[in-house]
Amino acid sequence: MKRKTVRQAFLRSIPVMAGYLVLGIGFGVLMHNAGYGLPWSLAMSLLIYAGSMQYVGVGLLSGGAAVITAILTTVMVNARHLFYSISMIRLYRDAGRYKPYLIFALTDETYSLLCGGEAPDVENAALYRFLVSLFNHSYWVIGSVLGSLLGSVLPFSTKGIEFSMTALFLASFAEQWGRKENRIPAAAGLIGTLLSLLVFGPERFLIPAMLLITLVLTLLRGSLGGKGVES
Amino acid sequence: MNGSGHSAILVAVMSAGTILLRFLPFLLFRKRVPPYVSYLGKVLPPAIIGMLVIYCLRSTPILSVPFGIPELIGVLTVLGLQVWKHHSLLSILAGTGIYMLLVQVVF
Repeated sequence: MKRKTVRQAFLRSIPVMAGYLVLGIGFGVLMHNAGYGLPWSLAMSLLIYAGSMQYVGVGLLSGGAAVITAILTTVMVNARHLFYSISMIRLYRDAGRYKPYLIFALTDETYSLLCGGEAPDVENAALYRFLVSLFNHSYWVIGSVLGSLLGSVLPFSTKGIEFSMTALFLASFAEQWGRKENRIPAAAGLIGTLLSLLVFGPERFLIPAMLLITLVLTLLRGSLGGKGVES
Repeated sequence: MNGSGHSAILVAVMSAGTILLRFLPFLLFRKRVPPYVSYLGKVLPPAIIGMLVIYCLRSTPILSVPFGIPELIGVLTVLGLQVWKHHSLLSILAGTGIYMLLVQVVF
């Protein structure tokens, strides 16, 4: 019975495996190139476990960012996790001892696998969700470790591999753009950040950009937020 | 790399911040979610992705050689493939591969 649950959870997690291994390897290589070895990559993938945040984190670490910048960047980059959690409150309510880990490990991909709420059998639903989360986390950690180790022995130059991070966000941007209701917020993010970059320069534009985006979206609430917010 | 002490503090801050964000709704909204929060939940994600795209490209030299041409080709590759195939991993691998080829071999 338990073995069946493990098998079902593993099968469910397979679509995430390739993505997490590749992105994890990319993260490990970037960390290596920035001068941060295996213990750093491992610690970040175990303790932060948020892909976008960790990619941005490489820049924060190597640029020696201020603590307040790190806090605000974490809040902005990971703000969407608030909303994943909000929509999982009901589903995770009775998860018992698995609940803390389920909440900790709620990444974009894990959310996308579990948010539908289906589970193979009611009895072991919490265990099943726990295992799907754990499998995904392990792919991410294994990828990061591989990347960190490969960084020093790869037979070819990894120059330009940092573009994988840009590509990750671009692909996500293109998907978001596909839905009409996302276009104005997406454009606000793009234009607000560009303006902030032109005014404040590449070293200190991120915080003003975040404030500007939040302000603009708050002002646009009347025209954007009218319908379909009851969740 | 920067000093280990400061780096460790930054990792701890990123970890604690991420954990806090994931747990906060479970602690705050047991009954109902305020409308402003669920509005931000809807509009913030696409805006932040837009911000991160600019963040990644912030140091692209557009006024000197190679004028951001490798970045432009890489960006168009990812966007084009994503709109065409809707396969994120494919778009990311192809875009990164072409970009690496351009900066290592062509420019």
